[in-house]
Amino acid sequence: MIILERVSRIFRSRGEAIRAVDDVSLEIGEGQVMSLVGESGSGKTTTGKMIAGLVTPSSGRVLFEGRDIRTLDGAARARYRRAVQIIHQDPYACLNPVRTVGDTLAAPLQLYGLADGRSRNAGIGELLERVELTPASAFVDKYPHQLSGGQRQRVAVARALSVQPKFLVADEAVSMIDVSLRISLLNLLLKLRQETGVAFLFITHDLALARHFGWDGRIAVMYLGRVVDVGPTRTVIEDPHHPYTRALLAAVPEADPHITRTKPRLRLRSQDPPSLLHLPSGCAFHPRCPWAESGLCDVIRPELTHVRAQEVACHVAVREGALPDLAATT
Amino acid sequence: MDSLLSIRDLSIAYRGRGGTSQALREVSLDLYRDETLGLIGESGSGKTTLALAVLRMLPPAAHIPQGQILYHHDGRTADVLSLGAERLRRYRGEEVAMVFQSALSSLNPVLRIWDQFLDTARAHGETDPARVRTRTRELLSHVQLEPERVLSAFPHELSGGMRQRVMLALALLLRPRVVVLDEPTTALDILTQRTIIDLLRSLRREFGFSMMFISHDLSLAAELADRVATMYAGRIVEIGTTDELFYEPRHPYTVGLLQAVPTVHGDHRTLHSIPGSPPNLQRLPAGCKFHPRCPYVRPVCTEAEPDLLHVSNGHRSACFFWDEVRR
Repeated sequence: MIILERVSRIFRSRGEAIRAVDDVSLEIGEGQVMSLVGESGSGKTTTGKMIAGLVTPSSGRVLFEGRDIRTLDGAARARYRRAVQIIHQDPYACLNPVRTVGDTLAAPLQLYGLADGRSRNAGIGELLERVELTPASAFVDKYPHQLSGGQRQRVAVARALSVQPKFLVADEAVSMIDVSLRISLLNLLLKLRQETGVAFLFITHDLALARHFGWDGRIAVMYLGRVVDVGPTRTVIEDPHHPYTRALLAAVPEADPHITRTKPRLRLRSQDPPSLLHLPSGCAFHPRCPWAESGLCDVIRPELTHVRAQEVACHVAVREGALPDLAATT
Repeated sequence: MDSLLSIRDLSIAYRGRGGTSQALREVSLDLYRDETLGLIGESGSGKTTLALAVLRMLPPAAHIPQGQILYHHDGRTADVLSLGAERLRRYRGEEVAMVFQSALSSLNPVLRIWDQFLDTARAHGETDPARVRTRTRELLSHVQLEPERVLSAFPHELSGGMRQRVMLALALLLRPRVVVLDEPTTALDILTQRTIIDLLRSLRREFGFSMMFISHDLSLAAELADRVATMYAGRIVEIGTTDELFYEPRHPYTVGLLQAVPTVHGDHRTLHSIPGSPPNLQRLPAGCKFHPRCPYVRPVCTEAEPDLLHVSNGHRSACFFWDEVRR
């Protein structure tokens, strides 16, 4: 349904070019879930915004149902606009503070002629029930400041659902919410997936959340603007190929003392990520990579290459047996 | 065991427009020599208030209706809440140092890193710049920074992870016996978090301070803490060794938190959220403050608030029915 074809986005700041997203190709089919993981500055948010049409690619194409979204017009454009919705990270910033919950939800219903008059109120009530803000009557007349962060984020989800989307971009949608409430929102999104078959681009820096939410889907790992590792969630987490993915998995602290204190460490050659303004030559990860080979990784940029069920952009990982077997070291 | 800090029956309230918020209610806690204590809880649990109180850095709206903070050193005990200005100044930094969450806003933006170290040392009576320089270089190397490059830099020229490491080095400059850290890894990337966690462990081994950190992140406690205290609605509701809290939790709120956190490794399991939401601190419910959200609730829980009850040696739970609570 959504295809990114060699998409790049360059931002300019004080005369310098920042390559936020560099030559990214991804494909997400109907009803599928793709988790996009990476650290800050990896380009995952910009990628999500390009899919939602909020940022225009500097080069490459975003295809919706086979057509470049930039060439869509009239009815086709409206259909895309409705089909692809985004849920932002910050539940405090993304709702209009002077609109009640009811008004916020009525606007898209009205815009797309989905409900009017009495059926609009029914529609709003139903949306609130679907995001488990019940009884709906207790929330319709509330303003955002009268709601908790978790409740606000539910309103944002309800707004996205109001137009019956086919594709949701969830950009760190649960990150800012307290631990005890985060999972209920995540479970709500999982339930919506099952009920409506909506596809997801689930953007997160949290590998555990990506694994939990996208268990039956795929993961793409981004580093400094590029996708370096893609594959089924299970195999990427259990048998990571790219050294960066391995580093992330080895580094992530876990809420289990035994697991987190005994898992094998991966020692990087440098602690500090390079600046987006001065990207390293060749593979951008080579200055930190413990397996980097000089004359190769610092010279030639690796392209995504198939290795079993995954695709990995690494000269070394694609050679069978070149990286130590993780299963053997655990 | 040898206690460095003893907090006794400490209550703290904030006066605000809507009324008084009870941020901390009769909390007692000890920090022992050579230990790392993790305080975990969500926003509004009182963990930040507790940390700020230890440094006596509470905002003006805070008042302390009761309680004591005692600092023990060389067989003497100081009452932190009644220290005079000069003694308090020395206590902060030389005895107990704080590392704040936002390294950018706690470093002076117009001073080079070296000047911040020198200023701090001078404010505490060190007049020999050469000695300060030696100590500073040593500390910066310990936190894996290149001293020459960092000393002449302004804070904005460093990455978030580097600034956080500078803050750690600066906190250790005066050889404190206790370091208090507020969300030391929040908002940092995973690889940077790992660097900071490993550093904290090695710095503690090297310099032998005790550490108290606050975090909403259970995985940080699992990584670093020797003991963990769970806070809820201004109280410690469970305290014990890290293994006890994670593998044999005996308070329903600790159990709820653990069941809500996914792991990357280990079994893929269904996660459960805690129903309801944290209480309004201006209108706390009667009885146990967790009872409206608790799966173990009984009539007594709505009337009386349990104290921390003895589970085993150092393991305590503020639940009447701790014996029934299982992960």
